[in-house]
Amino acid sequence: MRLPLLLGLALSAAALLAALVSLFWTPYDVTALAIADKLQPPSPAHWLGTDHFGRDIASMLMAGAQTSLAVALVAVGIGMGLGVPLGLLAAANRGSLIDEVVMRGNDLIFAFPSLVIAILITAVFGPSATNAIIAIGIFNIPVFARVTRGGALSLWTLDYIRAAEVAGKGRIRISAEHILPNILNLLIVQGTIQFSLGILAEAGLSYVGLGAQPPTPSWGRMLAEAQTMVTIAPHVALFPGLAIVLTVLGLNLMGDGLRDHLDPRLRRAA
Amino acid sequence: MSLLSLRDLSLAIHGRPILSEISFDIAPGETFGLVGESGSGKSMTALAVMGLAPHGASTKGAADFLGRNLLTLPERAMTRLRGNEIGMIFQEPMTALNPMKTIGDQVAETLRVHMAASRAEAWAVAREKLARVGLPADRFPLTLYPHELSGGQRQRVAIAMAIALRPKLLIADEPTTALDVTTQAQILDLLKGLTEEDMALMLITHDLAVVAGMATHVAVMQGGRIVEQGATEPLFRARRQDYTRRLFAASEHRPNRTPQARDGTLLTVENAVREYTLPRPSAFAPHPKLRAVDGVSLTIRPGESLGLVGESGCGKSTLTRAILGLDPLQGGAIRLDGAEVTPGHTMPRALRARMQVVFQDPYGSFNPRHRVERLVAEPFHLTGRPKDARDRVAAALQEVGLAASDMDKFIHEFSGGQRQRIAIARALIIRPDLIVLDEAVSALDVRVRAQVLDLLARLQESHGLAYLFISHDLSVVRQVTDRVLVMKQGRIVEEGATETIFAAPKHPYTRALIAATPRIPDDWKENAHAPRT
Repeated sequence: MRLPLLLGLALSAAALLAALVSLFWTPYDVTALAIADKLQPPSPAHWLGTDHFGRDIASMLMAGAQTSLAVALVAVGIGMGLGVPLGLLAAANRGSLIDEVVMRGNDLIFAFPSLVIAILITAVFGPSATNAIIAIGIFNIPVFARVTRGGALSLWTLDYIRAAEVAGKGRIRISAEHILPNILNLLIVQGTIQFSLGILAEAGLSYVGLGAQPPTPSWGRMLAEAQTMVTIAPHVALFPGLAIVLTVLGLNLMGDGLRDHLDPRLRRAA
Repeated sequence: MSLLSLRDLSLAIHGRPILSEISFDIAPGETFGLVGESGSGKSMTALAVMGLAPHGASTKGAADFLGRNLLTLPERAMTRLRGNEIGMIFQEPMTALNPMKTIGDQVAETLRVHMAASRAEAWAVAREKLARVGLPADRFPLTLYPHELSGGQRQRVAIAMAIALRPKLLIADEPTTALDVTTQAQILDLLKGLTEEDMALMLITHDLAVVAGMATHVAVMQGGRIVEQGATEPLFRARRQDYTRRLFAASEHRPNRTPQARDGTLLTVENAVREYTLPRPSAFAPHPKLRAVDGVSLTIRPGESLGLVGESGCGKSTLTRAILGLDPLQGGAIRLDGAEVTPGHTMPRALRARMQVVFQDPYGSFNPRHRVERLVAEPFHLTGRPKDARDRVAAALQEVGLAASDMDKFIHEFSGGQRQRIAIARALIIRPDLIVLDEAVSALDVRVRAQVLDLLARLQESHGLAYLFISHDLSVVRQVTDRVLVMKQGRIVEEGATETIFAAPKHPYTRALIAATPRIPDDWKENAHAPRT
């Protein structure tokens, strides 16, 4: 294992750990306001300081990690859950009407700028974490469908697929048994990339007020609330920003590293 | 005086020895053959000479080329030498050319790199060189792209690139292995002609017959060493080394088989037609159609070995897919024991279970993520998985000469020959009546091929199997079939008993195929020395 992969794993694990711990315990209650303690700089009592309502920033970051990861995870789940079967279906029926319908449908979704449509969806159906998940998830579908179809098409030309056809197996069964396990590497890597994009998208939606609603903590909204106070208390904006950057960086490093690690062609012989 | 002189060349990659103490000489204008099985180190020898050994390689010894030791020459000097004084061509003409550049540009590039010639001058030389390799500019303009040429024509372009600067030595690494026999004969002729223009040729091949017809000197390699070397004819006649004798025996091997064909018909193909729809040439033109199989009829009797020979693109693979019930026909019918073969789900499983297949590529024939047990048991999908499936897999593996314990391994733990055995076990497990062998031994080394052919003959005898043996290799077809069909451009041009066809071919195409097959002269095979002790 190389350094970037280790660093990526460490950063991603840190974000996950923060989210998990926050389910049971945070240093301070994130919903309790303490105006008397507002905008304190980092100190032994409040490691990362407090915001304009006197809430502990470290606690809010931990709880915010929960929102970010949950939104990104479910969005990737939607994308994979629908995109992968569609991609497999298109590849198994290459050149047919099904293939055309699936892939042109994907092109249609791709043609829209994703964040703008996500804003539209949350604006129409009301801002909430659930709607943010659905909006981000929809745009993950064509990504996974394309990656899956591409990987599957190259496998469909191989002789072991022919052998399975001679053994009387249908296309769906061959896709599940022979194709899917052999493109898993691709999907894992694409999954981590989409996951980090999901975190960014959630932060973006929350920043403009269309993601998670108060009092649910969210990194994006912390940034939005902090921006008017950047000059008097820069730490309030700095830490959520850092949390987003480091988590996304960690996930990208992990994705890149995993691709190199899982692909025997990129692994140099020892 | 020799042109290239190797003295005790040894090569190790990350400390693991690959070549040890290779010594040979190539005289100016001579053809030197380097023969051996895959993994014997013949390609690595060529790469070491070219200074192109892979990452982590270290060399010892000397490779003297016109007074310079190629092994110690700095990279800058080597780049001047490569393509200029030593040219090289490779096995795969499909990947040796850049698909984004015209053939004229690719040939001219070598000239411009080494001679700083102007574009016009370089193109003039390129035109001349392409004409020399049989691609005259009036029929093959320099502006053609590689995809517009056939495999043989691309190999000619690769040769034109290699000889553009009149190198003194041309290294050809399996230059004809990927080509059809008739194309192979033309390329070999071309190479022979070039050596008459005072260029030495180092011909690397696994095919003893090719070397017999081309080389003046031969070295036989095994396991990174030269086993034996000398002038071709005496070496072939004497066969002093045990390994050379075994290679010889394997390349001429005839499995011990007696015709098994029983009365009746197992498979009939009647006037089969298979067409492909091609993309429209323009928006409103009708789709042109390619007729890949054009009215083919054939029958296979139970227990019979039927050969189907033809060059690439003749339609044999398309016909195979139709026979296996994978693709629909546009005309005619295929019947297996009276029942019609239809594509996909429309064909009953019980009928499908009577036919199995073994493919060419031992590396692409298995899902790398499954264990051998699951791989071999796959055809049980057709019959229902029996309770004793595991025992039957074990028995099938033993039948093909592997151990029952191999079923818990993954496919990457096996060699190419072992993988073909596993493929045969997979075909055998549901006891079919017919096994289609689609170039099943073409990718194997001669000695392994001989073993697999023996295995197939034995299984045919014990199970009464019928084989449809599809191959481009006439010598193999001759050794293992009762009857043979010759296919050209989607049609069967000749059919008959194997020996009759090979002894007295009637159709000009069959005659051309047989004439183009390289062979070791018959009188060289006689009077082999008894082993010296």
